[in-house]
Amino acid sequence: MKSLEELKKIREEARKKVDLREEKKGTRIVVGMATCGISAGARPVLMALLEEAKKRNLNDVTVNQTGCIGVCRLEPIVEVYRPGEEKVTYVDMTPEKAKKVIAEHIVNGKVVTEYTIGAYEE
Amino acid sequence: MSKVTVIIDNQEVQVPADYTVLQAARSNNVHIPTLCYLEGINEVGACRMCLVEVEGARGLQTSCTLKVSDGMVVKTNTKKVREARKATLELLLSDHDRECLTCDRNRNCELQTLAEELGIKDVAFEGEKNVNYEDTSSPSIVRDPNKCILCGRCVGVCNDVQKVGVLGFTNRGFDTVVGPAFDKKMDEIPCINCGQCIAACPVGALKEKEEIDYVWEAIEDDNKHVVVQTAPAVRAALGEEFGLKMGTSVTGKMVAALRRLGFDKIFDTDFAADLTIMEEGHELLDRLQNGGKLPMITSCSPGWIKYCEHYYPEFIDNLSSCKSPHEMLGAVIKSYYAEINDIDPKDIYVVSIMPCTAKKFEADREELAASGYPDVDAVLTTRELAKMVKQTRVDFVELPDEDFDEVLGESTGASVIFGATGGVMEAALRTVAEVVTGEQLEALDFEQVRGTKGIKEATVNLNGTEVKVAVVHSTGQASKLLDQVKSGEKDYHFIEVMGCPGGCVTGGGQPHIKPEDRFKKDVKAERAKALYTEDKSKKIRKSHENPMIKKIYDDYFEKPNSHKAHELLHTHYVKRENYPLDK
Amino acid sequence: MELYRSHVLICRGTGCTSSKSDDMEVKLNELIKEKELDKEVKVVRTGCFGLCEAGPIIVVYPEGAFYSHVKLEDIDEIVEEHLLKGRIVDRLLYKGEEEEKIKSVNEVTFYKKQKRVALKNCGVIDPEDINEYIAYDGYMALGKVLTEMEPKDVINVIKDSGLRGRGGGGFPSGLKWDFTSKAEGDQKYVLCNADEGDPGAFMDRSILEGDPHAVVEAMAIAGYAVGANQGYVYIRAEYPIAVERLQLAIDHAREKGLLGENIFGTDFNFDMEIRLGAGAFVCGEETALIASIEGERGMPRNKPPFPANSGLWQKPTLINNVETYANVNQIILNGADWFKDIGTEKSPGTKVFALGGKINNTGLVEIPMGTPLKEVIYEIGGGIPNGKKFKAVQTGGPSGGCIPADLIDTPITYDSLTEIGSMMGSGGMIVMDEETCMVDIARFFLDFTVEESCGKCPPCRIGTKRMLEILERITSGNGEAEDIDKLERLAENIKSSALCGLGQTAPNPVLSTLKYFRDEYEAHVNEKTCPAGTCKDLVSYSIDPEACKGCTLCAKACPVDAISGERKEAHVIDQDKCIKCGACEEKCPFGAIINK
Repeated sequence: MKSLEELKKIREEARKKVDLREEKKGTRIVVGMATCGISAGARPVLMALLEEAKKRNLNDVTVNQTGCIGVCRLEPIVEVYRPGEEKVTYVDMTPEKAKKVIAEHIVNGKVVTEYTIGAYEE
Repeated sequence: MSKVTVIIDNQEVQVPADYTVLQAARSNNVHIPTLCYLEGINEVGACRMCLVEVEGARGLQTSCTLKVSDGMVVKTNTKKVREARKATLELLLSDHDRECLTCDRNRNCELQTLAEELGIKDVAFEGEKNVNYEDTSSPSIVRDPNKCILCGRCVGVCNDVQKVGVLGFTNRGFDTVVGPAFDKKMDEIPCINCGQCIAACPVGALKEKEEIDYVWEAIEDDNKHVVVQTAPAVRAALGEEFGLKMGTSVTGKMVAALRRLGFDKIFDTDFAADLTIMEEGHELLDRLQNGGKLPMITSCSPGWIKYCEHYYPEFIDNLSSCKSPHEMLGAVIKSYYAEINDIDPKDIYVVSIMPCTAKKFEADREELAASGYPDVDAVLTTRELAKMVKQTRVDFVELPDEDFDEVLGESTGASVIFGATGGVMEAALRTVAEVVTGEQLEALDFEQVRGTKGIKEATVNLNGTEVKVAVVHSTGQASKLLDQVKSGEKDYHFIEVMGCPGGCVTGGGQPHIKPEDRFKKDVKAERAKALYTEDKSKKIRKSHENPMIKKIYDDYFEKPNSHKAHELLHTHYVKRENYPLDK
Repeated sequence: MELYRSHVLICRGTGCTSSKSDDMEVKLNELIKEKELDKEVKVVRTGCFGLCEAGPIIVVYPEGAFYSHVKLEDIDEIVEEHLLKGRIVDRLLYKGEEEEKIKSVNEVTFYKKQKRVALKNCGVIDPEDINEYIAYDGYMALGKVLTEMEPKDVINVIKDSGLRGRGGGGFPSGLKWDFTSKAEGDQKYVLCNADEGDPGAFMDRSILEGDPHAVVEAMAIAGYAVGANQGYVYIRAEYPIAVERLQLAIDHAREKGLLGENIFGTDFNFDMEIRLGAGAFVCGEETALIASIEGERGMPRNKPPFPANSGLWQKPTLINNVETYANVNQIILNGADWFKDIGTEKSPGTKVFALGGKINNTGLVEIPMGTPLKEVIYEIGGGIPNGKKFKAVQTGGPSGGCIPADLIDTPITYDSLTEIGSMMGSGGMIVMDEETCMVDIARFFLDFTVEESCGKCPPCRIGTKRMLEILERITSGNGEAEDIDKLERLAENIKSSALCGLGQTAPNPVLSTLKYFRDEYEAHVNEKTCPAGTCKDLVSYSIDPEACKGCTLCAKACPVDAISGERKEAHVIDQDKCIKCGACEEKCPFGAIINK
């Protein structure tokens, strides 16, 4: 260890790894991961969300999984909870769509309306 | 050393700044009791007897470990202090074999004295005792753990002074015992039998293996010709057992007492000391002149010999092959003396009175039996001789001075100083110098090798050759010196080693020293003084000038280191295992 | 760098490991791999979570799901349901006293009342991963100290914080640091006392198992402050997990250049080694510990000289215990004022206790100093099990004392505990209910002291043995009228004359029980009865024929067939056969068994 700066750099890197053990005030993304979700391709979606969040250093974002959300035909389903905002439910997700959700909704605060359950149902 | 002011029991005193509270008190006649304290050797504060109150300190303090500081206020005799000492002493007594009447140290026991001084009337806390077997396996030392108060003085001496380290604390808590490791017996360990542990012991937990009854039996036996000999150091200390001042030489009274005990002949080991000088001196000359193993190291001290055999076997060839003086005399008694008086050596019983417990082990060595019978049959310590005298109720102090018996009773000043550290060296130098130069020495006192310094060195010019000599006492110092010789840091021709600190005057068989004398007196120097005074007063002060020595060479041995001399007066040594696996 | 969506923290402290959390860890990893979750889910092995009563414990993040009493066969379900399908396994969630399932670790009362400073990282990080330690500001304090502070500034911060020794004595740590720094010597040492020996105490073990780098870092800071370049941790070999993790921590710190030469590019060098102890209680006494490191028999030495002036190999030596060090980094990072804000004026900061005995939540708790005993016992500890009455709490282990119920509002500080005849000690806290005999408790502690006495000084070696003999006499019904006086005289004298702190405090369990429960002693001696009904020699069991319904449950429970009687008729106990085990009393539904 040659300097405090070096240590700080290691700390920043290391923090990302343990971040999800902290209580989060930020955005929570939940992926439905029951049998229905998994068979519909929820796992690649989950992985894409994770990777994209990592790439963009989104430390206050947690990617969580949950059981069956109830509308199996619309799986894979992703729900986004942002503090102080209404829950947004995206359906029939793909890894590409997931990346877009991160880029536009999570980073820029703009809901990707065309993927939401509302748009789909219409 | 700068001084500080300390108030002890309302008395303002100035003492050196490096003093402990105990030293400060004692040097001002304030008596603080101690049990485990042995100056410079055991300063561990274990026994809690020396507790005092110090203003501002949390709780009671051990005065033996606490250094003074300027303005310190000490109270040595408050109710709290007395009660603490008393309770602790009662506890010690509750776990002590209190058979005082039959104890070796009755009326000469530091624990007993303290119990009396502190007014112990009742031992309130009776309970289980930590009972262990008495170890009588050693020919020299008896260890009775039931008397032991775990003060650790013997451990300190054995480990730190003698660097033998066969005694230590084993087990824990209430089960703690002082003794050899692995529950070994005293004869299964590399103990050198020096008896310094006995000298350190405040109670009867360590004592010599007593042989008095065998000697009484021999004296009673009409078929035995019982010859006794006394080592030089005995006369310097025996008087203390009878209340005489330390440093009083009691040679004449001792001889008179021995005669009254019923010995047939009373000889002086000093004679054999002169003989040793002749043999050892010429052995040294031979080694110097003919490229023998150097440095040559003296072999008078059996504690040292066993130490060398166990811990420095690489120096065995450096040891002089001379038997120790009393073994030489024993051999002479059972050969020369037996022949001229026409006595069968098997009927002769030789008793050696020695300041030493290691001599008891030495007398048992199989190789020391030149006549086919042991050179020496029994060894009594100075303390045991005092006991025999007391048993006969002879009034020692009132005895007249008497002389040793003829022939083997004659000795010189050179031999008498054998009892002090540096004595053998000085005696040897007196003879060797004259033999080499062929000239009479003008000054006989080799002051450089006298005194109680740990290691003494001198260089002597013998006819143009520089002879480098060293004198050490205690096996601990010997170990230090030998390490230096081994590493090449030091280089000598001749080394005198005495196993006990101070040499034979403070040997393991000498009278116990009272606690207050340890502090007030330089015991080694006081006792040695008696010997140097006797040396000074002797008409003949060089071994080779002893007329009886001349006679014995003319009549019997022909010359020093002759074939006959080798048969009777020389021996050999063996490397000894320390903790043999088969035991 | 891998990023995981979920971390599964599994407690691998000694307690949970003994309950097979090691096997569970293996199985977790196997199943996660099998389900191909190994890129998403990471298993993190941590130190003790503290709530040992609920062990083995597994916490799953990001939900913070707190699974308790997990068994090997539960692992399948956790992986299948929670990790794969995202459904929290309700039946394994920790239940509070209200039997309410608590979902998140943050909601557990046991933790809510605590303030974690020394245990900050325990149960949070993987102790074997130095990066996780660094992630939580590890080694930042050392960096700060070396690059921004003078040694004297460091000492001043510690002094100002008011931190006191957590090993028992409560000596101001800053003063110790100051003395050692001012002592003259070419070589100085920094020691860590990890020879935790009080019965039932495991604070230091948990810190070393859960957050070993905290100790490594603090010792380096101490080395810088006092001018030492070498440290030793003296730890009992009975703590294999702690030893292993500490050694790993030292190795990793060395690899990263946080130990060794020119740390943080400065000219400060520091390295450290582990020295194993054989588990003698007395080696927790600092001078005995030093003797032991030197290779001597572990026996205490008189003080003065204090280690600060003449310690290891007669060199100036700083010695603190594990928990004390565990506070140092936080104080450096957050400042003395932050620390002083926790706890009380004279006892700032927190203290970790090992809560045990007759209490619902046994385990490890860290509380701000000044917290009343009551709060620890009833709120964090969850009270006394089986509806029994609280009788006393013992703090300070064999050096401490028993605190009776009417002093339960006493705030936990060094001075308040000493004042009532106990002491802080290293952090053992044993709770006793009405069925605990206080004479027997004193006997238990004396038995320990006698067993662990080093034997150097007579007051401890023989005195404690005599006290134990008297207590054994009393509890077996052979007490004599003067025994209580004798106990008191012995106790006072041992206190004033024993050599070391352990000997001097050994009588405390007796003195405190004599002070608060003298009547129990007197009942044993004078009436030959044991009011708590636990001293076997003084109790006898019989059956109240009025209350007995003849249900035969007691007869079935009796292991020695001492109870006889016909069905639906009153039963009788054969006193000759009865071994006084109390099994009948436990089984009887009618309270018909009389114990007196």
